[in-house]
Amino acid sequence: MIVMFGIFLLTLLVITAVAIVRTENLFVAVMLMGIASLLIAANFFLLDAADVALTEAAIGAGISTVLFLSALALTSERERTKSSRRLLSLAVVVAATLVLIYATFDKPRFGAADAPVHTHVAPWYLENTPKYIDIPNVVTAVLGSFRGYDTLGEVFVVFTAGIGVLFLLGSGAAAGALPEEKVNEGLRHHLIPRVVGRVVIPFILLFGLYVQFHGEYGPGGGFQAGAIVAAAIVLFALLEGEQRALAVLPQRVLLVLMACGPLIYGAVGIAGIALGGNFLDYSPLLSDPVKGQQLGILIIEAGVGITVTGVLLSIFHAFAARGR
Amino acid sequence: MEILGLYHYWVFAILLMTGFYAVIAKLNLVKKLIGLSLFQAAVFLLYITMGKVDGGTAPIFSDAANAVFSNPLPQVLILTAIVVGISTTALGLGIVVRIKEEYGSIEEDEIQEIDRR
Repeated sequence: MIVMFGIFLLTLLVITAVAIVRTENLFVAVMLMGIASLLIAANFFLLDAADVALTEAAIGAGISTVLFLSALALTSERERTKSSRRLLSLAVVVAATLVLIYATFDKPRFGAADAPVHTHVAPWYLENTPKYIDIPNVVTAVLGSFRGYDTLGEVFVVFTAGIGVLFLLGSGAAAGALPEEKVNEGLRHHLIPRVVGRVVIPFILLFGLYVQFHGEYGPGGGFQAGAIVAAAIVLFALLEGEQRALAVLPQRVLLVLMACGPLIYGAVGIAGIALGGNFLDYSPLLSDPVKGQQLGILIIEAGVGITVTGVLLSIFHAFAARGR
Repeated sequence: MEILGLYHYWVFAILLMTGFYAVIAKLNLVKKLIGLSLFQAAVFLLYITMGKVDGGTAPIFSDAANAVFSNPLPQVLILTAIVVGISTTALGLGIVVRIKEEYGSIEEDEIQEIDRR
């Protein structure tokens, strides 16, 4: 039954993807992209990837849609010219699809437990997480501790992308000096969105904190929590006007938040060296190595969450400020 | 039923190439970025699909005895990739906005036309 549901979702996904490419209205394409993200998130959930589903729903369907829409507001909503070398492109794409489908016949069947991907390093992580780290969520354990270097790298990529957008579009720091009539009021005069937003936003923030600090025990962690908190504040900005969101979290605070994450993360790594271990080895942080690992993961996840929130909000404000 | 075991991979192939078509055939720069996001989403789907084990559950330990867990590794990779993906997409959109401001267009052929002058 669940397999059939998955196939249904995937079929819908293919239809949505084709519609995204075919439509000439970019606004429609962006909205369909949000639907596609939600379908993918539902699929991830069926495929036992609760952590990933949470991230995809918050980022793909939420923040990505808002960013694309703000970019459309600054460019144009319709494609003017249709496409180039259509037949050639179509031929290349169809040929490549057929080759890829031919290649899938050598792949292990869906869900096969003896597939190569399950027989090399994965069992080691599942066996040793209770021994070394002793937290229930293996995904968080691998992300925060076993593969901490990778995650540090990802945090720096997110940080760099945030800085890049600020360089390209400006941080919107001069926004305070705007004349009154140019201030974006959001949906402040629409009663229903405003009331619903007032009710919903505190709970979204609370859920973000839960996801942040419960990430060791259930699905969650810094990346998801950062995206959820950012989504809540973006929603606030859309409803109450961007100025009020900037009054709550001014741009200079966001800049500090952006830099905080890599600094906290790196500091934990260096603290490990100072206490006699290796870089990003959390065991020496406390006298009990397992407790030390748990503390280290808690701190670096907080750093990740802070950076992701700061970067996503800075990017949003950079696009929104450009529009005025 | 046997052949349905490959359906997820076929959807991956079709999604990947649908996104790629938008990248190579469309001239609008925002549409190209949308295609790139689709391409990226297809790769995410491939990784998560490979991590699934029959009768498995999310890799979070509970009190249930003899639980089978799906592979946590692809999930870790994709979790971070999604966040990095949105950051790089935002960077791309930033570049598109600047191009629009400089050239007054986001259509590739019109931009090249202006460059040639």
